[in-house]
Amino acid sequence: MSGKSRVLILLVAVLVLGGVAVGATLHAAGRAAEKDHARSGGPDVRSGEVTLDAPGVSVFRNMAWGPHRDEIASVPAGDPTGPRTSSGVRCLRFHTAGGTGVCLRAVRGGLRDTYRAVVLDSRLRETRRYDLAGVPSRARVSPGGRSAAWTVFVSGDSYAGTAFSTRTSVLDLRTGHLDRTLEDYRFFLDGRPRKPVDLNVWGVTFADDTRFYATAATGGRTYLVRGDRAARTLHTVHTNVECPSLSPDGTRVAYKKRVEGASSDAPWRLYVLDLRTLRETPTAERRSVDDQAVWRDGRTLVYSLPGDYGSDLWTVPADGSGSPSVSMRAALAPAFTAR
Amino acid sequence: MYVADSRTTPDRTPDHPDTAGRRPLPGRRAAAVPGAVLALGTVSLVTDVSSEMVAAVLPLYLVAELGLSPLGFGLLDGVYNGVSALVRLVGGRLSDRGGGPKAVALAGYGLSALCKPLLLVAHSMPLIGAVLAADRTGKGLRTAPRDAMISLACEPGARGRAFGVHRAMDTAGALLGPLVAFMILRAAAGGYDAVFTVSGCVAVLGVLVLLLFVPGRTAAPPGPAPGVGRAPLRAVLRRPAVRRLTGCAVLLGLTTVSDSFLYLTLQRRLGLSEAWFPLLPLGTASAFLLLAVPLGVVADRVGRRRLFLCGHLALLAAYGLLVAPLGESAALCCLVLALHGSFYAATDGVLAAATADAVPSAVRGTGLAVVQTGQAAARFVCSIAFGAAWTVWGDRTALGAAAAGLVVSTAAGALLLRPAPAEFPPTSHRSPSVEP
Repeated sequence: MSGKSRVLILLVAVLVLGGVAVGATLHAAGRAAEKDHARSGGPDVRSGEVTLDAPGVSVFRNMAWGPHRDEIASVPAGDPTGPRTSSGVRCLRFHTAGGTGVCLRAVRGGLRDTYRAVVLDSRLRETRRYDLAGVPSRARVSPGGRSAAWTVFVSGDSYAGTAFSTRTSVLDLRTGHLDRTLEDYRFFLDGRPRKPVDLNVWGVTFADDTRFYATAATGGRTYLVRGDRAARTLHTVHTNVECPSLSPDGTRVAYKKRVEGASSDAPWRLYVLDLRTLRETPTAERRSVDDQAVWRDGRTLVYSLPGDYGSDLWTVPADGSGSPSVSMRAALAPAFTAR
Repeated sequence: MYVADSRTTPDRTPDHPDTAGRRPLPGRRAAAVPGAVLALGTVSLVTDVSSEMVAAVLPLYLVAELGLSPLGFGLLDGVYNGVSALVRLVGGRLSDRGGGPKAVALAGYGLSALCKPLLLVAHSMPLIGAVLAADRTGKGLRTAPRDAMISLACEPGARGRAFGVHRAMDTAGALLGPLVAFMILRAAAGGYDAVFTVSGCVAVLGVLVLLLFVPGRTAAPPGPAPGVGRAPLRAVLRRPAVRRLTGCAVLLGLTTVSDSFLYLTLQRRLGLSEAWFPLLPLGTASAFLLLAVPLGVVADRVGRRRLFLCGHLALLAAYGLLVAPLGESAALCCLVLALHGSFYAATDGVLAAATADAVPSAVRGTGLAVVQTGQAAARFVCSIAFGAAWTVWGDRTALGAAAAGLVVSTAAGALLLRPAPAEFPPTSHRSPSVEP
């Protein structure tokens, strides 16, 4: 083949591939604009005031298309498919309790986005902000609203960089004191102090303003740990527990369990652990759940699964009975205020 | 915190498209970088734009768009790394015995290109994990034949420069990729599918450049060298020069702390804000990009093995700055990253060039794979040992120990690599016949 025909082939290929690339980008841009318009049949979303101390309300990230996409919205907890009230506050991850909200959001930068954790008061006004080192993952507020915690994923900027690592911070909202990484806490494995260098901690769930549970991973295993913000300690309680979520009465933990023998690479199933007997109960959800579930009340778990708009919320009874059902389409990161 | 570094064998890229086509100097110097090397550099540049686009948005895509956690990947990482190392040996061997390096490289680049559109349809962690594993297999397959082709395409005396140009182009692609991805996301909010589509188009372009512009047969015909026979691995390892080079790469690899640990130490020692953490690898890559070509030229002048050792002295200096009680300053951070980048510039392509000196062309791919896999395995062992040392002694003492180890292994390397009269000298004008 002559040099000329090679260049010609390359030019044609550049034109064709460039056309496909530009077309795909324009299509996505058009769809992004389309996402600003509500789709018929989707949930009814109106802008309005969202407050975090109103009882009997479910607050979540609205994923439905329209001008309020990715905003924090609320519905009455008893009518999850009803009209949504959207706040205008955008978050990737969100949680609220005790009238305090924590919002993990992307901040547009010149070359790349950065991320920030923002603490909100009951009227969603920003009270504090903290820069984050990576992509936001989990967020929780303690039941009394006096502590907050969040997890981000940090990755080394490398080819097919799969060496993700987590960083979990805990904040005392009264003093403003921030423990930047729970890896600095004293870690006790089966009661013995350890200092593993490969310790990763993620997915905090608060028992009260100072005590919490979380996932700790070291040596290729994951543990449920009991943490204490005042004593700065983590104690292992149980193995093979990820993303724990403490029940309202503090007796059980819902969590992702890595199931042996599952064919997939992501063999997580939703389980409930009784903290007194350490007995595990599988829920009726048979699909792989990659979320930190929340308790809607003492009996029902809510969690997200991928859906048409990115994520849908499902519910399943915590005692292993019943079957999963959709609770809210196009929603993520729900929280339920006290009745 | 990082468990182990996935990037045990950094394969970052090089040069801006502009500078790739432009000749640094007219006349004889430009001729020192043959068209085949520029073509291979372009392939790497384009391919790295493609793969780094995906790597840059993947965590965000998983977490913000799919609501998944990327942590599952982290746990699978070790397996993929192991597979990748094995595949690299296979790729090296196939390139020597099969259809030649170009065919094997084409298969590797092609496999990775196929993976990009598959990301459009994979929406669950297992499928995405499988696609990434296939992508990595392609990468493992193509690396050794690609380096073999670079070494076969140029004058032995100019190999350092040729590998420098290639690595600089490769690193430029790695730096450009994330920018392209974020520009697409800026134009189309949530347009991850557009990022994957564009990445696929760019990858196909890379394969086409390889197909059209990289010669299939190089100047040095890979005729069967005496004693190669059916066991290229044994033939390679029977050569004392290869054994010494592999031994040296392994020895130095054992004291080369992984990038992740270095960045973590840097962040802690210098009290850097966490928000700066993701930018640290960019500092290393920038220094690598700027210095790869000049240091490649230096390698051709003073000897590749000597510069390889000097590169480790730069790393040693970086360790020293981190261990010394110098306080916290931005200048110190920049200096450490510059030293880290010059370490890569003085060792990454230079080791490949030095390996090419020591391995006959008929088994070049196998030889490159052996040395690089040995180095990667040693760095992985170092990661584990360094982690343990950190646990027991704390970061400063652990780094001090690594620095002490590096002093010893650099000294041992200097002994191992001292020029033996029977081997070819590094500069071409002294050795008319370089292929033994």
